[in-house]
Amino acid sequence: MKIAVLHIGLLALLFALQFVLPAYHHGNLARIMVLASYAVGYNVLFGYTGLLSLGHALFFAAGMYGMALTIDHLGWSPAPALIAGLVAGLIVSAALGVLALRTAGVAFMIVTLMFAQAGYLTILYFAEWTHGDEGFVIQQAQRVLWGIDLSDPSNRYFAALALFSVSLLVCLWLVRRPFGRTLVAIRENEERTAMLGYDTFAHKLGAVVISGMISAAAGASYGLLFGYAGATFASVQYSIFPLLWVLLGGAGTVLGPFIGTLFMFYLIDLSSGITTAYMLIAGVVLVALTLFAPQGLAGEVRRRIWSWLP
Amino acid sequence: MELGPYLLLATLEGAVTAAVLALTAVGLSLVFGVMRVVNIAHGEFFMLGAVIAWYVAQMMGGHPAIGFGAALIVAPLLVGAIAVAVDMTILKRIDYDPERTIVATIGVLYIIQQLTLMGYGPDARPVAAPFNTRLAIPWWELKDGSLQMYWPWGLSTTSYKLAVIVAAPLVLLGVWLMMARTRIGLLMRATQQDRDMALAFGIPVERVYALVFGIGAALAALAAVLIVPIQQAHYLMGTDPLLLSFIVVIIGGLGSLPGTVVAAILIGLSDGIISVFFSPTLAKILATLLVGLVLVFRPQGLFGTRGS
Repeated sequence: MKIAVLHIGLLALLFALQFVLPAYHHGNLARIMVLASYAVGYNVLFGYTGLLSLGHALFFAAGMYGMALTIDHLGWSPAPALIAGLVAGLIVSAALGVLALRTAGVAFMIVTLMFAQAGYLTILYFAEWTHGDEGFVIQQAQRVLWGIDLSDPSNRYFAALALFSVSLLVCLWLVRRPFGRTLVAIRENEERTAMLGYDTFAHKLGAVVISGMISAAAGASYGLLFGYAGATFASVQYSIFPLLWVLLGGAGTVLGPFIGTLFMFYLIDLSSGITTAYMLIAGVVLVALTLFAPQGLAGEVRRRIWSWLP
Repeated sequence: MELGPYLLLATLEGAVTAAVLALTAVGLSLVFGVMRVVNIAHGEFFMLGAVIAWYVAQMMGGHPAIGFGAALIVAPLLVGAIAVAVDMTILKRIDYDPERTIVATIGVLYIIQQLTLMGYGPDARPVAAPFNTRLAIPWWELKDGSLQMYWPWGLSTTSYKLAVIVAAPLVLLGVWLMMARTRIGLLMRATQQDRDMALAFGIPVERVYALVFGIGAALAALAAVLIVPIQQAHYLMGTDPLLLSFIVVIIGGLGSLPGTVVAAILIGLSDGIISVFFSPTLAKILATLLVGLVLVFRPQGLFGTRGS
């Protein structure tokens, strides 16, 4: 009950904020909600299953390019293009999962990093279709979904909120199901879970695919809502960001990814006004978190006050 | 130009890459071998070496050789000291946990890179080579039934590049001597084989770790000083060496020094040759895929035999 009130309450608050926020923060919050969905996807794998991936930008970009390329080259409308993005995320995450899950620990991190890097370079290599580093703009006329113009700020906000609500509720539902509990068991002690008769490989693969598809949905939505697809979103930086957000907000908590994304977005937003070297903040926060608060913000809240926080 | 001289040129360029790469990768491999942690900030130590070399060369003035010689000593020492500080303030406190070390060193990567951007700026700056004589290379071709020597246009190298190719093996020999013949090398190998046992025998494991981390970074810095008269010092120059070192260390077998050297020569040479004939991006795609697949299907590396 408390759990439902808290999460529905957050979504209701976000809904209400649409009517009161000034334009600048209104736009920011739409962006944060899409990026937070990406972080929610990342958290399913990292926070709940205990698999640290350094290659999630591959899934984000798979969704983004699956959507944008079908619009740009095949002239698809947004709805089937979004599905194309999801399918791209499904295929890529299943393929990467089957390969990378043969390894564990540090090797898993490096394998995901390498495959994501290969994906990024592939986008650069086929610049003729993907426009490489420059990227390309998705025109306003191509961004009308069921008669709703997604380039309009209000519509964009609601679309972002819809995406975020679905991701958040799916994550909440998932981690309270036996499947999610098994993932946590794998995180805590994989050998024991396997000995109890659970098929750990199938569960981990399931986690990779779910995580990859939420990330792909976020990537596809990001491209559609903000009208741009570029190779930057496939670079290492965009694999590090969700890790940073989730670590900051609290790995293995449902609300953590949103809190982390919100804080980090505004931290970088404020510092980029002062210096061009804004990634310095990201570095300092990463080091400080590993040293002093490996639980993250929501994790600390759970440890100290609300032990029921999912 | 014909194929023969072309290949020779590519091989010479590749040998320079291989020499510098071997130093950088052995630094990474040493750290992984002894401490069992992956240092993502390794490429930034390389970059720092190059940037410090530029500052030293600026300050010394006079003949290029003076500034370069000073940089050759100052840069590795300074970078080594920074690495020791990173080890003692960060890595030691998270108890060298492999996964948290990766996250922390990603943070260190951004901190070093962005501080350099703030202090040194976004420009690429050159350091003058201590000596740089152009050496034309002759080639032979069969004409009218007899071999004739001629000097193909563009087939040349510099005395400095040859010096780099000679210097790197000497440094590597020094590293090997240190590991195999000295007391500190013995302590490092003991720590590598069994940390707890080493600790029980009174080896100051934490100091050994700090030293190894410093030496690993110093090797990267040294490699950067050697390459900086050929490339230029830039705050983003650490990315490629990091990636290539990863490739080398993984293909050579994690933590195996001889494997690392062999792989560095292989990758360095083939990188030079492949980049001449194919697109560099394609070469990089193939290399990163190779690393991923090697880790998935042959985690002990192509040359390793030990299960990890």
